[in-house]
Amino acid sequence: MADFPERPSAWGGLAVLLDTPQKRYAAIAVILVAMAVAPYVFGSYGTVILTNALLYVLLALGLNIVVGYAGLLDLGFAAFFAVGAYTVGITTLHFGLNFWLALPLAILLAIIAGIVIGAPTLRLRSDYLAIVTLGFGEIVRITARNLRETGGASGLIGIDSPWLFGWHIRTPLDFYYVFCVLAILGVIASVRLANSRLGRAWLYVRHDEDAAEAMGINRVKVKLAAYVVGAIYGSIGGAFFAANLGAISPESFSFRQSVLILMAVILGGMGKIPGVILGAFIVILAPELLRDFGDLRLLIFAVGLLLIMLFRPSGIWPARSKSR
Amino acid sequence: MTLLELKGVSLSFAGSKVLDAVDFDVPAGRIVSLIGPNGAGKTSLFNCITGFYKPQQGSIRFDGTEMLKLKPHRVTQLGIARTFQNVRLFREMTVLENVMSGMHCRTSSGVIDAILRLPLQRREEAEIRAVAEECLSFVGITGGWDREATTLPYGWQRRVEIARALATKPRLLLLDEPAAGLTSGEKEDLIGLIRRIRNERDICVLLIEHDTGLVMRLSERISVLDHGVMIAEGTPKEIQANQRVIEAYLGVEEDAFDL
Repeated sequence: MADFPERPSAWGGLAVLLDTPQKRYAAIAVILVAMAVAPYVFGSYGTVILTNALLYVLLALGLNIVVGYAGLLDLGFAAFFAVGAYTVGITTLHFGLNFWLALPLAILLAIIAGIVIGAPTLRLRSDYLAIVTLGFGEIVRITARNLRETGGASGLIGIDSPWLFGWHIRTPLDFYYVFCVLAILGVIASVRLANSRLGRAWLYVRHDEDAAEAMGINRVKVKLAAYVVGAIYGSIGGAFFAANLGAISPESFSFRQSVLILMAVILGGMGKIPGVILGAFIVILAPELLRDFGDLRLLIFAVGLLLIMLFRPSGIWPARSKSR
Repeated sequence: MTLLELKGVSLSFAGSKVLDAVDFDVPAGRIVSLIGPNGAGKTSLFNCITGFYKPQQGSIRFDGTEMLKLKPHRVTQLGIARTFQNVRLFREMTVLENVMSGMHCRTSSGVIDAILRLPLQRREEAEIRAVAEECLSFVGITGGWDREATTLPYGWQRRVEIARALATKPRLLLLDEPAAGLTSGEKEDLIGLIRRIRNERDICVLLIEHDTGLVMRLSERISVLDHGVMIAEGTPKEIQANQRVIEAYLGVEEDAFDL
């Protein structure tokens, strides 16, 4: 955490508010305690929703690296989520692989998928890239729909829940805590990347590709790194998603899913980690909280999103403090 | 010894010739100026040297290495840094972060080093910072490193851009109209800075400049480009006396005939 004051951008101005280590540790302690007790406060249904929100935090953090840090519009992010989920589903069901062996395989396949899609397309301008990624997302979903190995339209069922040192991770509460840990690790990795040589290079390339090249930065390589890191986040999310539900189907990885994750990133504020977390929670929790409105639920949600984009086009989370 | 050697470099865009068989040498350890009327192809020549444009013909050798086919980032890595005619600092980033970008090509830590904060990453981060701070101090910017770079006064932004180029640890520095928009006091500082870059850092400097007074005072060699053709090369004295150069600038005879 030593890098806290250097880059308020990743923290979206939180560094100004939490300016001493004591305040920071206090804030972290409050968040950890809140995460630990939340299931007991919100009950079993609430826990399932929160678990889903944490999954979206992880996915949105991954997409944030692609869209927020490197400025690459990706409309097919759910594809990497699918790669992770199906790798775990297929290898554990058909080949009897242990979840913890399937997980690195899922990551490896996501890296390969990221390179295969990214290498030829990352030379394109952002809007063309959006179209290509949109297509890739659909290709993965339709492939999953039509292959025997992926269970076709009905998907895969009966995926085993994993064991960890004698702990059988199986109840919704278990998975809630697992996703808490994943989200925390996701945040730490995101912050550390933002504060690194590569993290800065993503911003350089996003702001001015030519100037970045003139500074000796290989823009294709740097963009590919962002794309692959995003893919890894998506894949890990997908792997645990499959283990949690025990069943996956192609419709879990539709274009709508990609849009929802992208919405979380844009809504909270691209490139700002607290904003992205907030965005993920809004995207998942808002429809739940609006349940009382029945049929009007999605309409209200949509109007709310429009209003946010009208009045805070750069996201809900406040912009980087200019006072420094 | 020749550091940079261009032979027969020709560049055309959609049929119109921008550079026509340009031969051009930059001797090591010198301050060399490239001058010429507007639209002569000076910035295009810079863009060819730095890999942004790909000439259709010719060869560009830097310290013996053929650069023609290389991408801009490779050119920078091999030791040629540049600034831009219109200052191009990275928006929404601090002065220090801007200059730190120069060290990217001199370091190598990646995703895993960053996430796990491995020793290589910590060492490199400290080094990147130290080099950036040294370069900023060298160009005379000793404070305000946490400010957003694009909020600085124009003259300072120019110096930050030079610091950023220096942070790539170049052997040849290309400055594209570094004095444009500067006050006369700032121009004096710039002359001092360019001399120090050469004398103290042993970096060869090649500049495009329209301020003739500055060019004559600073340059040890001058090359003159007109309509994509290299028309003269020599010391400031020789250039001042060169009839073709005078004609190119004043355009007396040509224009008289054109009319």
